[in-house]
Amino acid sequence: MSVQQRRIILRHIDEPGYTADIDCYMKHGGYATLQAAIKRPAADLVQEVVDSGLKGRGGAGFPCGVKWRFISPKNTKPVYLIANADESEPGTFKDRQIIHKDPHSAIEGIILSAYAIQAKQAFIYIRGEFPMGAKILMLAIEEARAKGFVGENICGSGYSCDIVVHRGGGAYVCGEETGLIESLEGKRGYPRIKPPYFPAVLGLYQCPTIVNNIETLTTVRYILEMGGKEYAKIGVPNDAGTHIWGVSGMVQKPGYYEIEAGKATVGQLLNELCGGPLPGRKFKAIIPGGISTKLLRFGEKFKIKDADGNEKEIGVEDIPLSAPGLMACGSSLGSAGMIVMDDSVDMTEVLANTNAFFAHESCGQCTPCRYGSLWIAKISKRICEGQGRLEDVDLLKSLADQVEMRTVCALGDALAWPVQSSVNKFRDEHLAKIQAQLDGKSLEPKQPWSLVK
Amino acid sequence: MSETDKATQVTINYDGQDVSVPAGYNLVQAAQLLGKEIPHYCYHEKLSVSGNCRMCMVQIGTPMRDRATGEPVMDENGKQKIGWSPKPAIGCATTVSPGLHVRTDNDLVKGCRNGVTEFLLANHPLDCPICDKAGECRLQEYSSQYGRDYSRFVEHKVVKPKHVDIGPRIILDDERCILCSRCIRFCDEVIKESFLGFTERGSHATLSIHPGKPFDHNYSLNTVDICPVGALTSKDFRFQMRVWFLKPVNSICTESSAGVNTKVWSREGRVYRITPRRNDAVNDSWMSDSGRMLYKKCEGSGRLVEPQVGGHHMGSEETLSRIAVLLKNEKAAIVASAFSSVEEQFLLKRLAGAIHAGVHMISHTQKGDGLLISEDATPNLRGALLTGLISRIPSDNLRALGDKIDAGEVETLVCVREDLVQAGLSQAQLDKVNLVYLGTHTPSFAQSANVLMGVPTVFERAGSFVNCQWRIQKFAQAVPPPRGVLSELTILAKLLDLVGACPGVAATLSPAWQQLSKEVPAFAGLSYDSLPDEGALVDGGSLKSLPFVETAHLHYTPNAK
Repeated sequence: MSVQQRRIILRHIDEPGYTADIDCYMKHGGYATLQAAIKRPAADLVQEVVDSGLKGRGGAGFPCGVKWRFISPKNTKPVYLIANADESEPGTFKDRQIIHKDPHSAIEGIILSAYAIQAKQAFIYIRGEFPMGAKILMLAIEEARAKGFVGENICGSGYSCDIVVHRGGGAYVCGEETGLIESLEGKRGYPRIKPPYFPAVLGLYQCPTIVNNIETLTTVRYILEMGGKEYAKIGVPNDAGTHIWGVSGMVQKPGYYEIEAGKATVGQLLNELCGGPLPGRKFKAIIPGGISTKLLRFGEKFKIKDADGNEKEIGVEDIPLSAPGLMACGSSLGSAGMIVMDDSVDMTEVLANTNAFFAHESCGQCTPCRYGSLWIAKISKRICEGQGRLEDVDLLKSLADQVEMRTVCALGDALAWPVQSSVNKFRDEHLAKIQAQLDGKSLEPKQPWSLVK
Repeated sequence: MSETDKATQVTINYDGQDVSVPAGYNLVQAAQLLGKEIPHYCYHEKLSVSGNCRMCMVQIGTPMRDRATGEPVMDENGKQKIGWSPKPAIGCATTVSPGLHVRTDNDLVKGCRNGVTEFLLANHPLDCPICDKAGECRLQEYSSQYGRDYSRFVEHKVVKPKHVDIGPRIILDDERCILCSRCIRFCDEVIKESFLGFTERGSHATLSIHPGKPFDHNYSLNTVDICPVGALTSKDFRFQMRVWFLKPVNSICTESSAGVNTKVWSREGRVYRITPRRNDAVNDSWMSDSGRMLYKKCEGSGRLVEPQVGGHHMGSEETLSRIAVLLKNEKAAIVASAFSSVEEQFLLKRLAGAIHAGVHMISHTQKGDGLLISEDATPNLRGALLTGLISRIPSDNLRALGDKIDAGEVETLVCVREDLVQAGLSQAQLDKVNLVYLGTHTPSFAQSANVLMGVPTVFERAGSFVNCQWRIQKFAQAVPPPRGVLSELTILAKLLDLVGACPGVAATLSPAWQQLSKEVPAFAGLSYDSLPDEGALVDGGSLKSLPFVETAHLHYTPNAK
């Protein structure tokens, strides 16, 4: 059976004639959900999202409705909603499809969510490197404001909420929700310590704040359109809905593919939708959900339980594309930005590239990440420059272990996991490269390869 | 610990032991209370919690409860199971809660501490041999406890600016900086003016002043004290002395009536630096830069050392008998000082009584800063009031005394530590009287004085002052006075003896306090030796309603006097 996309969020995107303006969006049924839902009590909308089982699409996969309910019912401070469009995880390019090609679906989702949590003001924090995306969103907000979907007295309901687009300054760490909040407050993008600064309690300007990925908020619009319980039927238990897989790297047809959660495998995605490996090549490894998720090596065997609860052994090709599926194989869904590497790739170079990224993006606030990131990157670079020592491979792992779980934010884990998984799964390849250097031999030349140009 | 704290104690389990600690404490504070230490760099009790150094990581656990029923989950021994978090938590941001379990002695926690230590040392210049912080550096201390005896770091270190001149009193070494942000938080939270911040990212993050704004605040040197490493160093103390040679004694700053608690650090009779001493009721952990520089005066030129009579040097015994002769004049007056200690003021009052001399005083006012410099520029005005040396707030000049001299009512004048010319006495008036001057430095009117006698500075003697809160605080002697200088107490006791008023008056503190506690109601029940380091509040009684000049500052509100 061949695998099909199930486009919910990307419903009209790439259809001939579908444009980003409000008229086109409304012609396709846009803002009808908002007009209907804004007449309902806000708590109903929250219940719909809880029922839908929607999990955050930013990478951590936290249940969206649960997050919204963290706001205390006794709260008297203003509530803020922030749409996180700081899409900077290498390998991830799903949010920009929505922002560039269907901005009004995001705006409708944001206003619906803002109404559900009774936010006083909504923000879109968009990464600085998306100038076009910011322009498109600002234009779309103006269009929506002119039609009464944003701003004062939305759709005559009496509820008012404006959206402000804020452009980031080019820091990966500002995609972390508390780093984002600090940045939005005009400060250095230093993530906050939790406890006590949980955004739903002490967020933006010390007020309750919900930070959701922009894809998550866009999905809210479709959940409210079809009903939470209906949406929950899509996908698999513990992972409702669809994921937009952004596949990059060594496949015939890289791109974005919206697939129902758990209804396809890694192999089906890569071989059927993406057209398989490049001619004459074989798949070697994937990074499943953005650069900070753990590597999966082709040839590895994983033990997972099937739907009947029986344990079975599978390879990378058979891993179901769902949060629980990837979790069971020791990695995670992350932001569904899959990077594919084939047998032409030098894994030591890949690791060096990854490590250089995190050393560049570590904000420098807390000790382990500040020093660990650069130390690890320097070791990797040295190995690639032919100055490696055999003990460096274990040193890399040991340093990553000293960073993992000990930092203020998840960037520490994000930099540790690729190192740990690469050393665990490609230890022999790393050692062979160093040994060849020590022996004065050069290994078969590999294609120069770069994740970040 | 006060009674209210006791009422809100919580029981936690610290390394296997059930202990009771005040609610609201974080784990670093709780450990301190238990006589243990959770190592930390960025946490400072008087600043907000930043949580960036990650040195205070501990493992925490909570008693398990069944998710569905809420019933406690028991182990085979009938004890509630503990759900240990696999992720270590920072102690500084973890508030104690009932039943909280804390582990500081397992491999996870040791690994955290060792890891942080290794990371901090990776790029550190390791220039302890020329670093002023060496000997009192946390990085040094923790490296010996949690560091390796070798380095795994073989890469090039990150190069950052060294000896950066960031203000009139501070040099910054960015390579030593561990980016704990204590100094930044001090500026933002205590002096409430932003001077410092971080630039760059990751390992290249660098502490810096705001462009074009030097760190010239009068409290800037507190950042040197709280810097856990040698990144911020005092220009005054830089390269002067290794700290382990210095001996600290407790002292009180004489800059104002705030009575800031200090430590005076000296070696071989020389003071090298003054640092604040924590007193939560008075100055927290802070003091002004200007207060730290006061020791320079005691080293400066112009110290009055050898007694002089009529312009000739003379031995102290003989000088004292010459003074005694002058004091036998019926028309004597005394200019007392609020820079004298309570004990000195007490003896001076007795001397004044014995020779029936009128006592005059001068007030010294200055601009307060709302922090730790009050409007009264003397340390012990309230001591003079309590001992009965004076009964009113003194005027800022001595015109009344001048009039008396002009009228021939005063023929002998004893002046202690005051500048009579500045206080408004004319040359003619000074020439008219037999002038006895007791002070630390040779005064401008020295040629008018019949007798000049040196007395010790605050660093060269012990005693006590009463600050603006009516808190009596004692100070110890840090260095000996210059050779030949007698203490003010000795001088006064001998004069009392010589004028035949009270033979055998004690010239030392403890016996003086036996009389003080008997004769001054506010000091009843107190003794010098039992006076605690943080001082003791005394009852100012009706004196409290006098029109003092102080306005509100760090821990003082005028309404509460």
